[in-house]
Amino acid sequence: MEALKKYGLPVLSAFAVLMVGVSLLMVFLYPEAERTMGDVQRIFYYHMASSWVGAAAFGVTLAGSVLYLVRRAPLADRIAHASVEVGMTITAMGVFSGPFWAKAVWGEWWPWEDPRLITSAIMMLAYGAYLMLRQGIAEPGQRRRYASVYGIIAFASVIMTFVVTRISATIHPVLEGGIGGLPSRMLQTLMFCALTLLIVYVTLLWHRVRLARLSERVEMLKLRYYEEEDDVR
Amino acid sequence: MQTNFLKAAAAIAWKDLKIEWRSRDLVLAMVLFAALAVMIFAFALELDQGAQASIVGGVFWVTVVFAGMLGLGRSLAAEQDRGSFDGLLIAPVDRAALYFGKMAGNLLFMLIVAALLIALLTVFFGVSLFDPLLIGVALLGTLGFSSVGTLLASMSVKTRARETMLPVLLLPVALPLVIAAVRATNAILDGLPFDLWRIWPVLLITMDVIYLAGAALLFDFVVEE
Repeated sequence: MEALKKYGLPVLSAFAVLMVGVSLLMVFLYPEAERTMGDVQRIFYYHMASSWVGAAAFGVTLAGSVLYLVRRAPLADRIAHASVEVGMTITAMGVFSGPFWAKAVWGEWWPWEDPRLITSAIMMLAYGAYLMLRQGIAEPGQRRRYASVYGIIAFASVIMTFVVTRISATIHPVLEGGIGGLPSRMLQTLMFCALTLLIVYVTLLWHRVRLARLSERVEMLKLRYYEEEDDVR
Repeated sequence: MQTNFLKAAAAIAWKDLKIEWRSRDLVLAMVLFAALAVMIFAFALELDQGAQASIVGGVFWVTVVFAGMLGLGRSLAAEQDRGSFDGLLIAPVDRAALYFGKMAGNLLFMLIVAALLIALLTVFFGVSLFDPLLIGVALLGTLGFSSVGTLLASMSVKTRARETMLPVLLLPVALPLVIAAVRATNAILDGLPFDLWRIWPVLLITMDVIYLAGAALLFDFVVEE
């Protein structure tokens, strides 16, 4: 347990960096280029993985928010908050890599005919609003409560992003017959990228939660220091 | 000893209506805003007759949403400024009844604006919006919007940025409602058979139920002190 505390995070961080390197080599070298789209299709591996892991991150926020409201454990709120920041970074990878593929294949950066582009952008805005809400409240207890309430509601935008291609006419590519329809090398690459991103997510989340705990402690020490200073006077 | 749930909710809604009847602040501001927005849309988009018909659904919903936001912000801010919300909180009623009361008032104000807009757009855009189906969609859309809006407005009035906070919080989560409502409205205006656009009212009803139940539950956590 001591060893995990001391070496866990550095080891995991190094492992995450290694995985990213290996997964990138895999993306560019392992599967053959797609027949009609060519090399630009290689964007797909990280693009798809980021949408999965991003949604999972917001799912963690949802769970953390519910848990905070029920149990009032500050750790649950810290995880929910951290998961929004990391989740937004990972979702951004998907949202920003998409246009490069779209430009090459569809000929335009941001086709408005594709509702999923809009809903995923809105999803990022919703979680941006979550972070703004936290900034706007000074009292820590109230901030945690309100953020948890919004962390639950904002998940509606994640659900919307995932169902929109099913209910609305869209040009967004959907894998016919699920991911099993992919050639095996492509599928292996996709899965490896998803696993890599998942590890990157856990690593960043751990860093972020640790940082939040430390900054709260600094805050407390500062308070105590000033109180003692007042006593001396 | 708790007062009857429905009675309490009705009393709060009735109080809001009475205040509104005497001051006419809120609805007047919303109606003026809506009328101005229609004018601005009509000029800014410089539409010919055909184009007008194709975007009237979008104009209707954008205006309803923005006017609704104006009303939501004011209705909760007024309670906060007068300190009357604390009074409501110590009343021996279920907190959810408080929520439903405020929500019903907000919904009614939005419906007044929507009704006026239907008339205005019919005149200015030359597309008849008087259609029982369309009124049904308007009801479903405004119900969902005011249910999640009342919850978020009760949060945003307690934040530092207040007026700027509400749209930032509300618009992203209201978007699914707006998409479904606009699609349904356009389908009705195009006269499509119901089977082709059944998914939108179904979606609206689903979201209304989820938002209403979720907001009523979460409201407890927002107002606890």
